[in-house]
Amino acid sequence: MHDSAHAAAHHGPPTSFIRKHVFSLDHKVIGKQYYGLGLVAVFIGMVLSWLMRIHLGWTNAAIPGLHLLSKTGAPGDVMTPEYYLQVMTMHATFMVFFVLTVAPFAAFGNFFIPIHTGAEDMPFPHFNMMSFWTTFVAFCVMLLSFFVGDGPTLGGWTQYAPLSALGPVAGPGQGSGVIIWATSIGIFCVGQLFGALNFIPNILDLRCKGMSMWRLPLPTWAWFITSCMGLTSFSVLMPAVVLLILDHVAGTSFFVPSNLVINDQLQPHSGGSTLLWQHLFWFFGHPEVYIAIVPGMGIVSHVLITNMRKPMLSHRVMVYSMGALAVLSYMVYGHHMFVSGMNPVSSILFSFPTLLITIPSTIIVLIWIGSLYGAKIRINAASLFALGFISLFITGGVSGFFLAQPSIQILLHATYFVVAHFHFTMAIAAIFGIFSGTYFWFPKMWGRMMNDTLGKIHFWLSFIGVYAIFMPMHYLGLAGNVRRYQSFVVDYMQPLIGVHQFITIAALFTGAVQLIFIYNFIHSRFWGEPAPDNPWQGTSLEWSIPSPPPHDNFGGRHVVVYHDPYQYGVQSSTGDYVMQDSPEKVNTVNEEP
Amino acid sequence: MATTVQQPPKVEPRRSPQPGVSGNGGFGNLVPSDGSVRAVQDHAPAPSKTGIWVVLAAITMSFAAFTSALVVRQGASSDWHHLALPNILFWNTLVLLASSVTLEFARRQVAVFMGGPRTVDLSPARWLYVTAGLGVVFVAGQYTAWLQLRSQGLYLATNPNSSFFYLLTAIHALHVLGGLYGLTYVIRKLNRVVLRRSTLDSFSYYWHFMGILWVYLLLLLWMKI
Amino acid sequence: MAKLFAVTILVIAIISAIPIIRNTWHPVEDVSTHGQAIDDQLSDTMWEAGISFLSSQLLLAWFIWRFSGDRPGEKTKTFPGGAKGLVAAAIILVGVEVFALGIFGVKAWAAIYFTPPGADALPVQVQAGQFAFYFRYPGPDGSFGPIHPDQISEAQANFYGLDTTHDQDSKDDIVTAEMAIPVNHEIRLLMHSKDVSHSFYVPALRIHQDFVPGLDLQLHFTATKVGRYEIVCSQLCGLGHYNMKAYLSVLSQQDFDDWLKKQAALQ
Repeated sequence: MHDSAHAAAHHGPPTSFIRKHVFSLDHKVIGKQYYGLGLVAVFIGMVLSWLMRIHLGWTNAAIPGLHLLSKTGAPGDVMTPEYYLQVMTMHATFMVFFVLTVAPFAAFGNFFIPIHTGAEDMPFPHFNMMSFWTTFVAFCVMLLSFFVGDGPTLGGWTQYAPLSALGPVAGPGQGSGVIIWATSIGIFCVGQLFGALNFIPNILDLRCKGMSMWRLPLPTWAWFITSCMGLTSFSVLMPAVVLLILDHVAGTSFFVPSNLVINDQLQPHSGGSTLLWQHLFWFFGHPEVYIAIVPGMGIVSHVLITNMRKPMLSHRVMVYSMGALAVLSYMVYGHHMFVSGMNPVSSILFSFPTLLITIPSTIIVLIWIGSLYGAKIRINAASLFALGFISLFITGGVSGFFLAQPSIQILLHATYFVVAHFHFTMAIAAIFGIFSGTYFWFPKMWGRMMNDTLGKIHFWLSFIGVYAIFMPMHYLGLAGNVRRYQSFVVDYMQPLIGVHQFITIAALFTGAVQLIFIYNFIHSRFWGEPAPDNPWQGTSLEWSIPSPPPHDNFGGRHVVVYHDPYQYGVQSSTGDYVMQDSPEKVNTVNEEP
Repeated sequence: MATTVQQPPKVEPRRSPQPGVSGNGGFGNLVPSDGSVRAVQDHAPAPSKTGIWVVLAAITMSFAAFTSALVVRQGASSDWHHLALPNILFWNTLVLLASSVTLEFARRQVAVFMGGPRTVDLSPARWLYVTAGLGVVFVAGQYTAWLQLRSQGLYLATNPNSSFFYLLTAIHALHVLGGLYGLTYVIRKLNRVVLRRSTLDSFSYYWHFMGILWVYLLLLLWMKI
Repeated sequence: MAKLFAVTILVIAIISAIPIIRNTWHPVEDVSTHGQAIDDQLSDTMWEAGISFLSSQLLLAWFIWRFSGDRPGEKTKTFPGGAKGLVAAAIILVGVEVFALGIFGVKAWAAIYFTPPGADALPVQVQAGQFAFYFRYPGPDGSFGPIHPDQISEAQANFYGLDTTHDQDSKDDIVTAEMAIPVNHEIRLLMHSKDVSHSFYVPALRIHQDFVPGLDLQLHFTATKVGRYEIVCSQLCGLGHYNMKAYLSVLSQQDFDDWLKKQAALQ
């Protein structure tokens, strides 16, 4: 008889070092590899942001050693205008793709989806291994752009045409820099598709006995929804970058219209559509930001439930709301293009779904807050970051009210108000979700406990720090401070430079604070206290196996699930909770119908 | 290929749910609310069946993106110069559709081979080889079409029509080549007598999709380019 | 620690709100005829956003304060009304609120985009190129000469590629590096990009519109106050993006006529 536990491609434990730690088929190793990649990428992205912030506060400052990073970008260690833009583009690219899509989604998802579903491994372990290494190759290619030609592309992570499509004549980094960027992103898309290829069939087909869809924990639902988004959005980004590369290397004119003149030279393109790039890019780009945040919502829900000792007010409403966010995310992308020159009627049409998407977001926040009512909240590093996520997401979401309206975007488009909005939602809320998941799942993933005191210090300083960095950006935006400027020579922006300097100090401080996390992570990895199987008295399947789990997750046992994932606040032999795979009947009727 | 009596390939029969047991984990589950075991089939549905739909969804989205790029590009300026589609394309279409037919023959052969008495003359992989051959002929035919266009002076960047022609046909041909690689995987598994039915089925969906996609592209090219 | 955290959330929320309440940083003064609707919309949104922000952060802080820590012997409780009430609140309160904002906002948008310019609007063309704006006035003949892209030459200061030898209409066109317009006179702005994407952002006029290479766009507006304002590029266009700006002078009709005559003499 063929059990779901063995439906995953059966592979015995590896023996060689290479098979164990490098080219591993084990989803747990792949998840940790993704996590490591995310850590390296976030460090790079953060350092790049420090360079940006120093330059913005003190434009003519010499940053020691900067000339080592770039042959031409920093003569005398002073950043040139083009180098600022190149650093900015790389900061955003590394963060959005190699941190926010990798860490909360690919890293934790790979590790925990098979465990949450009660499976031995992902259904296609070879494709899974390829998904990590493909992503790794994409990462290396992107890094390469720093060292080739005149450096990385300077067109922003959004790479608007024709600036991105015209080639070197458009500016430094617009030749090889764009081609490398586009190639890296194309490879990244392939890696993502290999990932979705595993996540979705695992969740749909490899659930163990008794594990219905509604019994899946919330992170797995979040990863499922995110995989569906990734599948349908990255497969649109790939054609876009293919067309962009062709415009560069094959002389086509998909995005470049006729009669463009640069440096008094008529450009040899004709007939392309500038707005076509924006439509293709943002059709991907908006779901991408939900790909960045939905896993965090799932993780935060999971961490909160365990630390509140009660389930969410409504499991189903959480799932439906995340699903609604995903579906609506495809209908709102035009809000990035309100003043782009597309038909102004379209702007109005896009603004309504954008306003509408407030509703599922609000439902999710209210369910979180409502679930806190009557809870017994345990305060530890993981739960603090989870609670912090809620506060940050509220702030980020509220600024969305403004940006959803075309008439208000006339004032706020392309200003620091937008920068504040997406940093609150993506950069800090999502990162707090990653931290929460890390503090929560570190014992399971590495078999040791992290230092909770250091974790709390990390939280406090980060929470205050990120508000200090990004809240003032709203005010800058209201005052009309345009974004993507390397320095402020505009008259009406002069009084704002002091605010920038404040932000820079806050950013450098908060960046330094992250060293506490790095220290804690590394120290705990090798010398942390050995972790028990279930340090948080959790109920989902990951807590029913050893920390770290054996190669086949459940030690050959055929998992049977008897309960919904969050049986807390019940009387049982274990305390106030019942684990999902415990045959013990639940005394209080807490089950979802 | 050698035709001796041999072990049947390990192909999973389609199993119906046992009585009293509900369908797959999740869909159509019975719902007792007293926390008792929710019944699922004792075996999991083959993940490759879902996996192939994931792949087909991604490919569909990609070609939808290319289609919208074509439509927008055509509307963006007046440099659209219709080109005559090389006639060989229609022959290529027949070849590709024929390969779907031969694939279906192959599937039935494999099913018969698995289900009935295994006699000497059975070579279940024969029609798979034919399918592969037709696939190669298709790709070669597409290449010929490109050569024909080039002889007319129509290259990738000559005008937007030719750009899209080469782009769409090349990307489709690349996916067909990927399918051919998948087919060699299926044949290898069959020859080693470890082919799962779900693998063969999933491959078939992919291959038939290549045919349907090609017909769509042909219509698109014919109407627009 | 939970109580400290609750207080921290509240303090941060209040501190964040103070600059808004005190209007420390705000958009530059509006000198347009259509801008009041936008400013009203902004103000309404700020009220709704402010109330949502403060009340939700307060609720979060309050619940963290009240429901942290183990209370042995006590059971966990469910929010009264369960999820239903909250879902209803989200849909009704937030839904109605944002839809109202959306619908009222259409009016402000429509004033700019869905109304045609008047017949006697003064046409001015602006061309955006890496990294400067150049303006063109049609001169006494009231029409703009054709642009010849192959004749554009910054080196020879022929920014628009005008052929004054062969094109009659071009002869009296006036090209300037600064924009000037008469006060209280509607302007019909013709937008053209020479190379990549740029944007025309004049906060004081409540105007913000991207240039689209290959697609010439049109805007119209009226300035109500004499003064000197800045036009800045807000769409990333290359290394000089930060420095791409021009001055807009709103002048009395007399001063504008004088200015135009002076510019014409400099052509």
